[in-house]
Amino acid sequence: MSCRQVVKRASYKSKIKDPGTPGVLTMTENKFVFRPNDPSSAAKFDVEFKHITGHKNTKEGTDKPPWLNLSDKDRCYIFEFGSFHDLHVCRDFVGNALAKSGEAAKASSAAKTTSEKSGVTLPDEQLSTAEMQLRMKLLQEDSELQKLHMQFVISGVLTESEFWATRKKLLDGDSRTKSKQRVGFRSSMILDTKPMTDGRMNKVTFNLTPEIKYQIFALKPAVHQAFLTLVPSKMTEKDFWTKYFRAEYLHSTRNAVAAAAEAAEDEELAIFLKEDAILASEARRKIRRVDPTLDMEADQGDDYTHLPDHGIFRDGSKDVMELQNELYRRTLSQDLNRQGAVVLQGRTVDVDLEDPRTVAEALMQSRRESDESAEQDRLDRITRMTEIEDLQEHHDHPVAQLCIKDPRDYFDTQQVNALKTLDDSRTGTEQKKCSLTTEEAYGSLREAISKIKSIGLKNSTVAPEIAITVLNGLTQNISSTKYQLGKNPQDSVLDSLPNKTKEELLHHWMSIQELLRHFWSSYPITTTYLSTKVGRLKDAMSQIYRQLEEIKQSDFRHQVSLLVRPMHQALDAAFQHFDADLQKRAARSGGETPNGNS
Amino acid sequence: MASAPSKLYADDVSLLMVLLDTNPFFWSSSSLPFSVFLSHVLTFLNSILLLNQLNQVVVIATGYNSCSYIYDSSTSTNQGSDNGRMPARCVNLLQKLEEFVIKDEQLIKEGLREGIASSLLSGSLSMALCYIQRVFRSGPLHPQPRILCLQGSSDGPEQYVAIMNAIFSAQRSMIRIDSCYMGSSNSAFLQQASYITGGVYLKPQQPNGLFQYLSTVFATDLHSRAFLQLPKSLGVDFRASCFCHKKTIDLGYICSVCLSIFCKHHKKCSTCGSVFGQAQSDVNSTSNKKRKTPET
Repeated sequence: MSCRQVVKRASYKSKIKDPGTPGVLTMTENKFVFRPNDPSSAAKFDVEFKHITGHKNTKEGTDKPPWLNLSDKDRCYIFEFGSFHDLHVCRDFVGNALAKSGEAAKASSAAKTTSEKSGVTLPDEQLSTAEMQLRMKLLQEDSELQKLHMQFVISGVLTESEFWATRKKLLDGDSRTKSKQRVGFRSSMILDTKPMTDGRMNKVTFNLTPEIKYQIFALKPAVHQAFLTLVPSKMTEKDFWTKYFRAEYLHSTRNAVAAAAEAAEDEELAIFLKEDAILASEARRKIRRVDPTLDMEADQGDDYTHLPDHGIFRDGSKDVMELQNELYRRTLSQDLNRQGAVVLQGRTVDVDLEDPRTVAEALMQSRRESDESAEQDRLDRITRMTEIEDLQEHHDHPVAQLCIKDPRDYFDTQQVNALKTLDDSRTGTEQKKCSLTTEEAYGSLREAISKIKSIGLKNSTVAPEIAITVLNGLTQNISSTKYQLGKNPQDSVLDSLPNKTKEELLHHWMSIQELLRHFWSSYPITTTYLSTKVGRLKDAMSQIYRQLEEIKQSDFRHQVSLLVRPMHQALDAAFQHFDADLQKRAARSGGETPNGNS
Repeated sequence: MASAPSKLYADDVSLLMVLLDTNPFFWSSSSLPFSVFLSHVLTFLNSILLLNQLNQVVVIATGYNSCSYIYDSSTSTNQGSDNGRMPARCVNLLQKLEEFVIKDEQLIKEGLREGIASSLLSGSLSMALCYIQRVFRSGPLHPQPRILCLQGSSDGPEQYVAIMNAIFSAQRSMIRIDSCYMGSSNSAFLQQASYITGGVYLKPQQPNGLFQYLSTVFATDLHSRAFLQLPKSLGVDFRASCFCHKKTIDLGYICSVCLSIFCKHHKKCSTCGSVFGQAQSDVNSTSNKKRKTPET
């Protein structure tokens, strides 16, 4: 927003068909004013942007004239401009103004859901457009969230900021995912950029962009090094690149003899033509670092380059070389490997690519850092490889993590206890009374053992009638509903309910969670703001409490009450705390109740 | 150990550790005679060994004064006096059991303790866990171990800490403890053991149908259990024993440092030595009490 005010000549129409009243439209930060040329015309007005809920405009290139349509709740203002340029200026200004007045931005991007919410937002909330849009997006993506938002924020139970305060993570998390994706190197070989020849003249053109320069630096440490030393002290950047591409050209002709001859004449050119010394030393170091378990010879046998015409147009096997020119030879596999390594490494510097000098320096820096981490890596690997087997503990033996069980499990297992303790107390005592002496007891035990020794195992251990009662008993036990309700996560009680009830319950549960979260986080109550907030929350909760009671009256009373009970319990606990806290505060302040409803 | 690595242990091969309660005071007063109980158990063990050729059964006797391994299917040979009435392995088992009972009786002469007639469950649980650990360390391939407690005598609260430690180490090593309780009331220890380790706790309603219970509920290997509906434990008794008097309590004091449980307020924790501050008022001290089971 560079300008605080826009003044344009436009004509106002109340309807599209309206011929229009010519006049001057003045837009300021929070309102727009239209003054007709004819002072007697009734079509003059002064509207604040915060009433505006939407803006539309005609597109350039259509047969429509440049119109801007601003609409509020009950009418719309159509302005016809002299040109599309005027329209665009005004449109941008309106867009900014709407965004700035906060709730209007919401209305424009999700007019259908939030058009009535504008009154709720606190005027002192200063939110950036981006944040507003993020919230809108979150609401749009998550219909449940939207429902909650509608229910509580619009009905005034919670304020906008209170609602979002518990969802900071959501807001943060989203902005993180929005961060732009890091672009890596293209995997096509930059060294294969084929020179363009125009066919008529003996001129070869190479394309060079900052991106390509960066890639060249990354791929060829020697060129990188040379650039740092030569430019700009010895030669200009342009000369440097010309020389580089000359060397590239010589390579592409695969004329090693010519390359050798040229290199002998020009020592700077030789840098580019010779084997990259830095790369070579790095390769040697890498070979030293290779995982000892890797069979490099076997790997070598696996490569495809001996196959004719396999891969790229620069085929290493065709490079027939004399030995003395070995120095100036580059093989395909070397190039390919280097390219792969650099692509995998990804971008290590994050600077503006326009200035090759800064790129070169940043790259140098990052290379140094990665060397250090590589050294640490190597040490780590060595320690891992040299583990002594005897001293290792068993990796294979599985160990369960200590965990706190699902609390529901605990209460499920407890529900029978209430009945059982009665039985236990009655039957438990009779068995402990043991009239026999130790000798007699052991004697009878030995007797039993010798008895079975003499009799042996009978043909039928269990009588058929007893077996069937056992089986029936077990089956009944397992299939009784007491075991089933809410036990199996696959088919919960909730699924047995009709969809409408199910959704209703789920929604209530969500609402209760939301309210309770706000409720408990408001304690201890230190300000009057908090106490009014708690009052509001309590009212909303008791409303839901009543609604839950109503649901309980439905056909599926038994199942529903199972689900509703924990909700009621949670609400009861909150109410109880509310009352207790209210009394405590009333007592402390000498009978003066802050809320009036003790 | 015979579990040679050449054996192919599939996921349905079991190592069943059976803890056999041989408490003479329980069996002399039980409605199910020990001989009938033994015949059911022996039949059950035979069927386990027949279910899979690689299945292994180890029986540990839980006595009144001691515990002992009385049978290991991997070491015992099937040779012996097969008298036609029962397989040789049963004869061997009974022989060892008789020897164990005699030895157990001799031990009682020294320290005469009347009153609580509980067996040394903690001892036999520990022995079973040790055996399983040995199997675990024998190699990457081993049968799936589980423990089956055939218990009749009531819980001994004085063993609370030892038993809970055994239960937790079983849980940590993912060993399930199944329990079949023959006594009249429920065993809180075994309920907790099965609940914590994910095993099955069962109290047969028809004691003379024991074999039917055993073969229906406890015979399946751990892998097949995933496909079966087995009885779930309801009404687990989570009451703990206090560390000071070994009484079972449902309300008590817990050391805030080491979580030891006491029935009375102590100035100093007897387990870890932490000194407790004086409770501020009576109201506060009652709120420190934690209820373990809901009131009836």
